[in-house]
Amino acid sequence: MDLSAINPVLLLASLMVAATPILLGGIGELVVEKSGVLNLGVEGMMITGAIAGFAATIETGSPALGFLIAAVAGAALSMLFALLTQYALANQVASGLALTLFGLGLSSLMGQGYVGLKPPSTPKLDIPLLSDIPFLGPVLFQHDPMVYIGIAIVAATWATLKYSRVGLVLRAVGENHDAAHALGYKVRLVRCAAIGFGGAMAGLGGAYLSLVRVPQWTEGMTAGAGWIALALVVFASWKPWRVMVGAYLFGGITVLQLNLQAAGVKIPVEYLSMSPYIITIIVLVIMSSGRGKAALGAPASMGRIFHATG
Amino acid sequence: MSELFAAHGLRKAYPGVIANDDVSFSIDTGEIHALLGENGAGKSTLVKMIYGLVKPDAGTMTLLNAPYAPPEPRAARGSGVAMVFQHFSLFDALTVAENVSLGMENPPAASKLAQRITDVSEDYGLPLDPHRTVGDLSAGERQRVEIIRCLLQDPRLLIMDEPTSVLTPQEVEILFATLEKLRAEGTSILYISHKLEEIRALCDRATILRLGKVVGHANPREKSAAELAEMMVGTALHRPERELSPPGEVALEVANLTLQPANPFGTALRDVSLSLRKGEVLGIGGVAGNGQDELLAALSGEALCAADEVKLHGQPIGRLAPPARRKLGLLSAPEERLGHAAAPDMSLTENALLSANLRKHLSRRGFINWGAARRYAEEVIEAFDVRTPGPHVAARALSGGNLQKFVIGREIEQAPEVLVVNQPTWGVDASAAAAIRQAILDLAAEGCAVVAISQDLDELMEISSRFAALNGGRLSEPVPVDDSLTMERIGLMMGGAHDMEVAHNHPSQVPA
Repeated sequence: MDLSAINPVLLLASLMVAATPILLGGIGELVVEKSGVLNLGVEGMMITGAIAGFAATIETGSPALGFLIAAVAGAALSMLFALLTQYALANQVASGLALTLFGLGLSSLMGQGYVGLKPPSTPKLDIPLLSDIPFLGPVLFQHDPMVYIGIAIVAATWATLKYSRVGLVLRAVGENHDAAHALGYKVRLVRCAAIGFGGAMAGLGGAYLSLVRVPQWTEGMTAGAGWIALALVVFASWKPWRVMVGAYLFGGITVLQLNLQAAGVKIPVEYLSMSPYIITIIVLVIMSSGRGKAALGAPASMGRIFHATG
Repeated sequence: MSELFAAHGLRKAYPGVIANDDVSFSIDTGEIHALLGENGAGKSTLVKMIYGLVKPDAGTMTLLNAPYAPPEPRAARGSGVAMVFQHFSLFDALTVAENVSLGMENPPAASKLAQRITDVSEDYGLPLDPHRTVGDLSAGERQRVEIIRCLLQDPRLLIMDEPTSVLTPQEVEILFATLEKLRAEGTSILYISHKLEEIRALCDRATILRLGKVVGHANPREKSAAELAEMMVGTALHRPERELSPPGEVALEVANLTLQPANPFGTALRDVSLSLRKGEVLGIGGVAGNGQDELLAALSGEALCAADEVKLHGQPIGRLAPPARRKLGLLSAPEERLGHAAAPDMSLTENALLSANLRKHLSRRGFINWGAARRYAEEVIEAFDVRTPGPHVAARALSGGNLQKFVIGREIEQAPEVLVVNQPTWGVDASAAAAIRQAILDLAAEGCAVVAISQDLDELMEISSRFAALNGGRLSEPVPVDDSLTMERIGLMMGGAHDMEVAHNHPSQVPA
């Protein structure tokens, strides 16, 4: 065992990379749930985004275009869910699970010709001055743009939900859809928009996996990241910044356990592999318990079917 | 006075029912106009058309002599029509200011809005802190949020759907003072209620609806409550008669019952004591959410407590679950018909069986005797005049009044020794309500002890021999129901106006 082989700078730097997919998926699902919809299809939308973004990047050579296509693909798949749950009034849990299974199948079909290929690398931002700071420079300022876009999306989501009219209407729809309808707000429209946003974010998160984090395409490569994103939202009590803390925690432990495996620590690999999941859940459970009010952060209408009765 | 609003021949049909048919009436500027009618008379559909939530199939409306056909509530609000809903249209997790903002077309910036809420609430004697979370407010305070949301838009016409059903008598007085101030300022109010005394005290004119049609207009000040009721129901109402029988031995005893609520928004019961004799009806009043559901749960056995905190005929039953209590003769009928008192998607036979299995021996060795169960359901349907094609019909398919008659009848037909009912006539039309009350009184005359929990004070005055009020989970000392028990005294027992008057006299103390 040689712990000195672990480079703290590299460790912290890769933490942000490891966290970004679930951060994106989680923040999208947070908006969806705040509007009162429970979409369990995050995993399916994520992996669809992963293959769509991967394929688009291979075909066009442009990672930026790849990310865009991934967002569109995720959103398109989520519209299927919107159609089922908002217009056909189907059960949200069943539809969400179906979406995940469908997404996994669809992605492996789409990915037939792309196994083993290597995508053009996503350029890293090299911010002059900032990235030259010792230690902090490589940790914080030498990443690809998506890492920063992810953080910007969290900040924008937080500000929108807290300060803007659109955010207020979204929260109102999630809290009491009957009252929102009585006041004349378009419950379905708001929810469809939220579902679409959630899909786009999950798609981006998936593409980040296949284009930056891994980077290549393998079947089922999201490996439960969508489910972790879903759990994050609940344990983060529907608060955007907490989703980010949770995502970084998960990312950090993932990277750390990989480093420990490489360093040959005498803990069975299986335990190390499961540690990010276990520790993230334990920490978030502790964060969301104890204070009664935080536990009551769930949108009151979540998962309930809205049917306008006139 | 000039005409503000008029409806001409409004009609709205839903599959299987005509909610409104050829409804015409008008409201003058600065008038409080009552819309009277029983449940299902079409009042709600009518106001939804005025507020733009429902489009009429035929007929026209005018506002200030111009055609008025709001496609959605937004348009109605833009024309100066505002509405306070019967079931509050509020968002529990949001603050007062956010709730108000959601009901406005062009809300000002957050800080300005908070100031305006404080100003308007002081002007009208309805103190309210804009930064509090609505979920923490009392029913009366929640209504203030709705009213202030409307007032901030300077409405010409304010629609109020059953505004007093959740208020204590003192709060009602304050609300009426607010409405009269509004009338003096030239605002018209469309006031929907079936409480006749209120309408006689407040309203200038009344339009009476029955089965979706206008059956008459009246000046409520010139009519007696009985005359108005007759116009509303169509026949003279039978008023339940109370046979006074001397109370017998103590049947139910509750001593220092303290109980934490089952859900986080519930109310804890604190040190509740009561003793109930055979043949007595104890009426328990109070504003919703003051421990009614918890008290019913503690008595029925849904919530367990220390063994001797509840005693039936001297036997401690605090640790017994509902079936054991049923077997001993303590039956109960909770408030919520669909989902609590009855399983909505199960047939009446099944619903009868669920409650009466033990006392009526409807099963043997785990096998159900369906014939006996059906006969029992038929017996209840027959005895309580439940209008339904038969016992095979799902509970959900019955109208509120009919299902209520069924769930109350199902318990009464089991010959209980103690019966606990919560809101026995909630949302039930007047004739069905009278039948249910009569059945409760008859039961008491046969020697059953009854605990009747209700928010309808008139009902409690009609059926109870003693009255007590629940306030914040505490039960007041029961007092005999006689002439000395005035509405004012009841109001004080129910907790008065929740500190309203204090704030009313000293507006400077209102938190900004």
